[in-house]
Amino acid sequence: MTTFARLLSGAALSATFIATAPALWAETPANMLVVANRIDDITTLDPAENFEFAGGDVLRNVYGRLVNFDPLDYEAGYQPDLAESWEVSEDGRSITFTMREGVTFTSGNPVTAEDAEFSLRRAVLLNLTPSFLLTQFGFTPENIEETIRAEGNMLTVTTDKAYATSFVLNCLTATIGSILDKKTVMAHEVDGDMGHDWLKTHAAGSAAYSLVAWKPNESVTLQANPDFYQGAPAMKRVIVRHITESATQRLLLERGDIDVARNLNPQDVQGLDGAEGVRIHEELKGYLMYASFNQKIPELQDPKVLEALKHLVDYEGMANSFLKGQWTIQQNFLPQTYLGAVRDNPFSLDVGKAKELLAEAGVDGLDLTIGVRDVQERMEIAQSMQNTFAQAGIKLNIEVGTGKQILAKYRARDLDVYLGTWGPDYPDPQTNASTFAYNPDNSEEAQNAGILAWRNSWDADDLTEMTDAAVTERDTAKRVEMYHEIQARFRETSPFAIMFQNIEQDGIRDTVQGFTTGQAIADASYWKVTK
Amino acid sequence: MSVSGNAQDGRGRAPFPPRWVKRTGMTLGSVAITMLGLLFVTFLIGRVMPLDPVLAIVGERASPEVYQRVYQELGLDRPLLVQFWFYLQDVLRGDFGTSLLTARPVSEDIARVFPATLELATLGTLMGVLLGVPLGVLAAVRRGSWIDQIARVVALVGYSMPIFWLGLMGLLVFYGILGWVGGPGRLSIFYDGMIEPVTGMILIDSALAGDWTVFRDALSHIVLPASLLGYYSLAYISRMTRSFMLEQMSAEYVITARVKGLSERAVIWNHAFRNIRVQLITVIALSYAGLLEGSVLTEIIFAWPGIGSYITNALLSADMSAVLGGTVVVGLAFVLLNVFSDLLYKVFDPRAK
Repeated sequence: MTTFARLLSGAALSATFIATAPALWAETPANMLVVANRIDDITTLDPAENFEFAGGDVLRNVYGRLVNFDPLDYEAGYQPDLAESWEVSEDGRSITFTMREGVTFTSGNPVTAEDAEFSLRRAVLLNLTPSFLLTQFGFTPENIEETIRAEGNMLTVTTDKAYATSFVLNCLTATIGSILDKKTVMAHEVDGDMGHDWLKTHAAGSAAYSLVAWKPNESVTLQANPDFYQGAPAMKRVIVRHITESATQRLLLERGDIDVARNLNPQDVQGLDGAEGVRIHEELKGYLMYASFNQKIPELQDPKVLEALKHLVDYEGMANSFLKGQWTIQQNFLPQTYLGAVRDNPFSLDVGKAKELLAEAGVDGLDLTIGVRDVQERMEIAQSMQNTFAQAGIKLNIEVGTGKQILAKYRARDLDVYLGTWGPDYPDPQTNASTFAYNPDNSEEAQNAGILAWRNSWDADDLTEMTDAAVTERDTAKRVEMYHEIQARFRETSPFAIMFQNIEQDGIRDTVQGFTTGQAIADASYWKVTK
Repeated sequence: MSVSGNAQDGRGRAPFPPRWVKRTGMTLGSVAITMLGLLFVTFLIGRVMPLDPVLAIVGERASPEVYQRVYQELGLDRPLLVQFWFYLQDVLRGDFGTSLLTARPVSEDIARVFPATLELATLGTLMGVLLGVPLGVLAAVRRGSWIDQIARVVALVGYSMPIFWLGLMGLLVFYGILGWVGGPGRLSIFYDGMIEPVTGMILIDSALAGDWTVFRDALSHIVLPASLLGYYSLAYISRMTRSFMLEQMSAEYVITARVKGLSERAVIWNHAFRNIRVQLITVIALSYAGLLEGSVLTEIIFAWPGIGSYITNALLSADMSAVLGGTVVVGLAFVLLNVFSDLLYKVFDPRAK
């Protein structure tokens, strides 16, 4: 037998070994939920710091909040969670929460008003990225002892102005409103960091699940909390695996090795059509796709030019072709399902009208550069815009870069045109109004890079005042009207061409019921899932 | 006479410092200079890249105050050389900093991801060597025969087929349709966390623990990505082996050996092959080092948490501590492989001693 023949025999034997290996699992166990998702955006699991999507999903299932959403009834709005009720003072500035009795953290410690006080104060004191969600109510490290106070079973928060109650409570449903186990957290305090380093990779919550492990870029494992006050979840273990490739997620789903595939591209969604044991689960999400036009460029300051540009986007063509099923047309800054959202979408591709408007404005032959992140769908949108803009004599140069590269230029007001997405921070209209239609100081020195209007050098006209007025309007019906008016003005005058709202299409095993990604207003929740 | 006497005295006296100490010192010095250069260049590239490490931490919606505070905490307000000096001091203490992306010490991250790559690359290289070398030798010996044609096709396909496509097709056929191998990831979820990491390489750790169920599961997961890498390695190694062997087979000493009446087997393996071992070592070391860098696409397709995707993610997110730490480890692997190759040269080639 020659060496080569011996090697071939070895290879054949190996293949036989693999072929005859015991059959791999055909499906995941009945009490385990396995989700494939891109989780490389998790950089911390401290609720005072986390501000990314995949981390938000984890924390929603691990921490209770004063008020929260019911995963099976988002339309009902915020509901009592660790606070069983609340009262608003006559002047509208104070909300007093009564804590729910008999709830414990996974450590066994009882959940108290003191824990709630600690959690909110801690978020203000640490002053990390999402802290603005609380400090916008006037809470500061200096005044928190008066503005966030626990007394017995009650917690009182006092804001600097009489904001709409819905605004305050909606903000408390966000991740930063998570209630932490003070004793456990402070037992891990190092150098006065209030347990910050420890909480980056650990958890101390009271919700349906406890955190078993977070392996960066690999997986997150959650274990059911048998003492969860709403009842032990049916899924005893939830594993979220980091799978970046859509095709790989699809294969895993079809083989039954995962229950939910969260990052399928349109081709794979189509490919799953009619697949045995799998269905497509759709939810309208809060992310908006938009293009914006830098007001530093004189030609782009003309309202007629802006209107023309909004008529040079092929909304329907894109929504019905390469974006099909994943994005729906939405030309307003409030996503559908939000308080005050409207469905008025007046712009459509009309090259003739755009040419007329450009001629009226005396603009001929613009040369602009659009900054686009290196993501397939965005590059395709930019190419579509390049094509339709060219039909009106506007040359659109596409500059492709990584997310960080393009964002750095956008934040520095260095892009002529930006194409990207925006996701709301909390389920209240103020979240988007305060960034799209609000800019109290448009100067370079202000460096308000967190405000989209500022990034586009747009002073937002009188919309800044209108936005301020809407957020303090306590009559909800009137408040809704105010947002309708702001959005109507915004559509006409703003340098933003809002185009689409995201639809998340997940591949899901037929056996899985009760799974939700949180729609536009929350994060994924697993505790109502059954199989 | 006196000259001869001096020469005898010289032979009798041991050189100081001993030659092996000198050689070891020179090797270590060369490794240190290479690593320092690598560190500095990577550090410099990281600083001049149009990426903002502060944004990677605070996110795009942070207030200017938060941004400024983190900017200073990272020491970015200091001169570049000062930043490098502080970084170098930390590295010499074994502290590569904390990764922005994982919130963990970079050394801890590398201890987690590098064994995954090491395991995959080693298995891939083993496959490449065990199949590639005999295939290359046979292709050279039977030049123009069907074996030679197969070797050419194998090499051509290996060079021209995108690894991304081949990986997905492999998954579709062997995992999706036939179900012969495990899916993406290093283990099935059911076995995740069952083995306490010792070396970080699951095949070894499960064997050490005597858990053959986990071993077989890990094997079923690694076999496809390792075969894919092994195939690319095989294509390269077989082509180079063939080329080296063809050169030797036409050499005069081979003709002489045949004229002497030696068997063809002895001519090929004891004469021609012995003379290509040094060149092969270089080829195999280069191939292995290339795989140790981490094959990013393979890692992405097979959800393999290795160092390639770790460094790539870190780079795209301006996580420079992680990039630098990863680069140092990969660089060190390259350097050590070179040193190891040098040692093997001395074993196989008497002239190098």
